[in-house]
Amino acid sequence: MTRKVSLIKNLDWWTIFIYVLLVFLGWINIYAAVYNEEHQSIFDISQRYGKQLMWIGAAFFLAMVILIIEGKFFSAFAYPTYLVMIFLLVAVLIFGREVNGARSWFEIGGIRLQPAEFAKFATCLAISRYISQFNFKIHKFKSLVVAGVILFTPAVLIILQRDAGSALVYVVFILVLYREGLSGIVLFVGFLSAVLFIVTLLLAKLYVLLMILGFSFVCLKFMGLRFKQIIIGLSALFIGFGLVWGVVKALQLDVSTYMILVISVSLNIVPFLYYIYRERLKNVIWVLLIAVGSLFLTFSVSYLFENVLESHQQERINDLLGIESDPSGAGYNVAQSKIAIGSGGFSGKGFLNGTQTKFKFVPEQSTDFIFCTVGEEWGFIGSTAVLSLLLLLIIRLLFLAERQRSPFSRIYGYGVACILFFHMAINVGMTIGLAPVIGIPLPFFSYGGSSLWAFTILLFVFLRLDANRMELLR
Amino acid sequence: MNNFSNRKYIIGGIFILVVLIFIIRLFNLQIIDDTYKLSAENNSQRQVTQYPARGLIYDRNGKLLVYNQAAYDLMLIPRQLEVFDTTDFCQLLGIEKLELIEGIAKAKHYSYRKASIFLKQLSSERYAVLQEKLYKFPGFFVQTRTLRKYPFKSAAHALGYLREVTNQEIKSDPYFRQGDYIGKSGIERTYEKELRGEKGVKIYWVDVFNRIKGSFRNGKFDEKAVSGKNLHTSLDIDLQQYGELLMQNKKGGIVAIEPHTGEILAKVSSPGYDPEMFVGRAMNKNYQMMVQNDSLKPLFDRTMQALYPPGSIFKLVNALVALQENVISPATRFECHSGYHVGNFTMGCHSHASPLDLRHAIQQSCNAYFANVFRYVLESPKFGSVQDGYTAWRKHVTSFGFGSELGIDLPNEKTGSIPTNEYYQTKYRKNWRALNAISLAIGQGELQITPMQMANMIAAIANRGYYYIPHIVKAVGEDGALGKKYLEKHYTSVDSSNFTPVIDGMEMVVTGGEGSTGALAAIKDIRVCGKTGTVQNSDEADHSVFVAFAPRENPKIAIVVYVENGVWGSRYAAPISGLMIEKYLKGEISENKKWLEKRMLDADLINQAAAPSAGVVE
Repeated sequence: MTRKVSLIKNLDWWTIFIYVLLVFLGWINIYAAVYNEEHQSIFDISQRYGKQLMWIGAAFFLAMVILIIEGKFFSAFAYPTYLVMIFLLVAVLIFGREVNGARSWFEIGGIRLQPAEFAKFATCLAISRYISQFNFKIHKFKSLVVAGVILFTPAVLIILQRDAGSALVYVVFILVLYREGLSGIVLFVGFLSAVLFIVTLLLAKLYVLLMILGFSFVCLKFMGLRFKQIIIGLSALFIGFGLVWGVVKALQLDVSTYMILVISVSLNIVPFLYYIYRERLKNVIWVLLIAVGSLFLTFSVSYLFENVLESHQQERINDLLGIESDPSGAGYNVAQSKIAIGSGGFSGKGFLNGTQTKFKFVPEQSTDFIFCTVGEEWGFIGSTAVLSLLLLLIIRLLFLAERQRSPFSRIYGYGVACILFFHMAINVGMTIGLAPVIGIPLPFFSYGGSSLWAFTILLFVFLRLDANRMELLR
Repeated sequence: MNNFSNRKYIIGGIFILVVLIFIIRLFNLQIIDDTYKLSAENNSQRQVTQYPARGLIYDRNGKLLVYNQAAYDLMLIPRQLEVFDTTDFCQLLGIEKLELIEGIAKAKHYSYRKASIFLKQLSSERYAVLQEKLYKFPGFFVQTRTLRKYPFKSAAHALGYLREVTNQEIKSDPYFRQGDYIGKSGIERTYEKELRGEKGVKIYWVDVFNRIKGSFRNGKFDEKAVSGKNLHTSLDIDLQQYGELLMQNKKGGIVAIEPHTGEILAKVSSPGYDPEMFVGRAMNKNYQMMVQNDSLKPLFDRTMQALYPPGSIFKLVNALVALQENVISPATRFECHSGYHVGNFTMGCHSHASPLDLRHAIQQSCNAYFANVFRYVLESPKFGSVQDGYTAWRKHVTSFGFGSELGIDLPNEKTGSIPTNEYYQTKYRKNWRALNAISLAIGQGELQITPMQMANMIAAIANRGYYYIPHIVKAVGEDGALGKKYLEKHYTSVDSSNFTPVIDGMEMVVTGGEGSTGALAAIKDIRVCGKTGTVQNSDEADHSVFVAFAPRENPKIAIVVYVENGVWGSRYAAPISGLMIEKYLKGEISENKKWLEKRMLDADLINQAAAPSAGVVE
């Protein structure tokens, strides 16, 4: 009896309240998205809102089951759960059913389950368990490799199912690792690469290179180099450039200005390095390394873009960056989605009065593009409210994570918050044209049993752990 | 607790920053940027499909065979309906009130929000009147479509017709929407994808009174329709029409091919029908009538779907096979005593001089001669057994394109059949005898061949040993090259030198003087080579067949004419072939053959007894 009382007392009811509210709002919007005069009963299970109601019921049941289980169970069974999940991900590749080109569904008696959704939960458990072990040291090579294997295995299996969107979610665990001590440079380098990737696609490579060089010299100034030293460095670069240019022109070679600059920079690297070594300029080496790294990255971006990405992925990125705007092709979904959200105005058109979403201009409206219905029918107020609720939930989870005594619970909590954040950011970003079209669901909102159950499990396991926050789990 | 505890602020900061950026973006999209907004009046959009013009179809001389004319469909969106003056509406459209009520119910059943067709193909007069008053009837609008128009009212089987897509077709091809048309037969079907083009869409703002308020976002999301590609066919429409005229009141078919390309010049299936009967609102009624009530089956394409025994024209193939296998020479003679007699078996023949050599046997179509030839092949010692001999014979025969699909660019081609060795083994016994299959010697028995295959055979003979797959489309679009398949020579297994004696015989059939069975196909100044056939028909009158090509050197046309119940090959098929060849090569019929043309035109084999014999006996 005492255990139950303490469970109810220790549960974070605020989180549960926000969860229930989000699920309810999600259902209302699914109802609006597929609303049709001829099927008005909310319990009509031939319609998606009817089915979603069943999924919600099942999700609540799942949540209760999880709360009854002892908290210790989850840390003890973290690895077995993970292994079972990996097994399922392999099995779905072999026995799965293909839907929209992705082989990622199991079909059991008419109910379709997507193991990739549940893999996030299992991976989150396993990585928490691993990082919370005593012998884990974040900057030890072996620890990083094992953590990498835990994260990459499900991601690679999901990519093999041709569901690149769901695999991308695992990137977000970098934030969890960062919280546990991963060097901030990793975040910085990741951020820098992303910026360079976009800039290189948008601008000619020559300008990008000039920008990198200019930026590096400015940095060098801040690193405490004297003005004279910078002038010498610049002059060396100009002389090198002049020489190479002269040789190229004299031999009448067909070499672009960009390549001439690349060659002269490469030639200059050696004397620069020697100078740095001689003067013991430790800070400067970082600037130089990053500059060279950036150079290499811009050099390889177009190769990566054209040879590694698939054509539909290229189109989506081009469209996002406005390089090739094709509102009837790859950009159609986003264009329609923006019109739908934009037409909502300040307060929206009102429940069931959306026209854009009704006429099926927006595809995948009850799943990936559910936020359009929110934007159109509830306007700026409604969409801001939904975003704020989601943010509130995520921040609340960060707060709960920080109050855990055991590292396992804390890391798991961060994992949950980061996964929810990533889904929200990509999904909403996609509907308003700020992220490429990656088909991942909006937590608690999008139609679909698998995703709702997976998010529910993810969240309630943490709530269960949080109820035992004063215990030290291993 | 942890050294890195402060990092929670950075992570939380990232989360809050992203959401803030999103909210700013939403503010911009939903409040500042007017382009996405709908004014209170413009409360809905209408997507109007832009139908592409279907490709036009031309004949080989650039004459237009099929073009498009505008038609207007009255569309209905039930959700936008409001109370309106139904009497006025019904009067405008000339419909009963009951039809209106049923039409609305049907549209509601289909979809509340999506447009469906309320009334198909309004006349342009009715459309003009309706257009002015349309604003009184919210929920209704007019969609422009095109209908096919046939200036020559000819070549219906080859051109084919369009029909509204079925629900199944909509499901299997996402291009189609309810009310779209699809090619159901002829080249309209084979070249459906090329002809149809690509649909476009125009999006309009519409106010509550159903009035168009302008283009949606200046047409930014509109898509232009792309017209279908034009087809340039190989048909010679003058020849085609002349063929249809000659075949009036007769059952059967004509196929004419240009031998050195395989292009189909004319393809007549009689009785035919006027292609315009399958256009517009009358289509369903006419279709029902033709399918159910017409015993002559005008929709049945006799050139490609009717399977006939070829009759004596098949003797040409038997002669070629025997020459190739070296079991006879052109000088080989066989006797004929009014037929072929072995023991109790007798195959009749008409009376003629005896014995004959190969050339004269072709000229006079001697049954006994070819019965001997056929046995010489099957019983040749070099094969060891009749069965192996037959298999070798069959291999030669199928190399002429018999017994399988030729691969014509028209749908529903029948394969026909040449019986196999196994067939006879099942029917008779393992060691069956040549006499069991002797009717193949004169093109009777189990042979099933379409007139198209017969035409292909005569084209191969005209080319002295090869053929191109017959085809009816020369080019798709203005620069569209032909599929590779139609540019490849298909060689028969008979060497070209063996064709000469057979072609000599064929020329004698037409211009060999006494005993020539196809004299009525002769044309002044043109060396016509032909062969008659009379196909025995147990229940009714025999069929009349003629194959021919001309001129003998460098042939321009190869033709087969098959007239059901025409009795002798010489009576109808030969004269019709001659007239067709003359029409194609000279452009008109010479004065001294007008009597023959008139006789063919007047002949009515469907309603009356056969015309009197032309006086030449096969």
